[in-house]
Amino acid sequence: MAKSLLVISRQAPWSGLSARESLDIVLAGGAFDLPIGLLFMDDGVFQLSQTQGPAAVQQKDLTTNLKALEMFGVEDVYACGKSLAERGMFPGNLNINIKQLPQEQDISELIDRYDHVITL
Amino acid sequence: MKFAIAVFSAAHAPSSRRALLFARAVLAGGHEIVRLFFYQDGVYSASANVVVPQDEQDIAVQWQDLVRTHQLDGVVCIAAALRRGVLNEEEALRYQKPAANLSSSWELSGLGQLHDAAQSADRLVCFGGQ
Repeated sequence: MAKSLLVISRQAPWSGLSARESLDIVLAGGAFDLPIGLLFMDDGVFQLSQTQGPAAVQQKDLTTNLKALEMFGVEDVYACGKSLAERGMFPGNLNINIKQLPQEQDISELIDRYDHVITL
Repeated sequence: MKFAIAVFSAAHAPSSRRALLFARAVLAGGHEIVRLFFYQDGVYSASANVVVPQDEQDIAVQWQDLVRTHQLDGVVCIAAALRRGVLNEEEALRYQKPAANLSSSWELSGLGQLHDAAQSADRLVCFGGQ
């Protein structure tokens, strides 16, 4: 059986390349049909904001890439509820569908379910 | 045990040095490294053009020596490397750049190689993630 991988994305979309490059790992895993999960945590949840203005910082919008997750068969997409709440964001008001993990214990249980973890 | 080692930080970062020490310890312990995968700023370690002051450790060269001595499978993510100006002859030619700087120890390839390594390894150990 294929080994599963959880990618934890912790950086804001415009803080450097981490948001894009962590997503690329997930999309590549999806393309190979591997069991892969993605967790947005800390500033990483800003990637889920509906109101991003990438043009103001001469960047491309990552939302299109995020929407490709579904197309690549990546269904296990999570966000840390605490990180969302701390930044005034809510699960009903995001650019893609995610499963919210309300408790810190949910995060550790999620990590436990995967064979490998990459945090970027 | 089979290890896959992923490095996300540049050669001058403490985490790259720790990864190097870890890789040596893995081999010294009689374990196997199925692949070294350099991603994000880790690709800078594969540049043959890193110059460090004489009284400092040259981690990029030590990585190159490790890969060569133990004939390890050293893979550098091609997309991450192109962004950061780490090119082999083929890519320098393709994008009409004046020079190639990828050390001969390393091979440029895609993210599939990271997934492939994770599949065949008992442990994926990452260094320099944020």
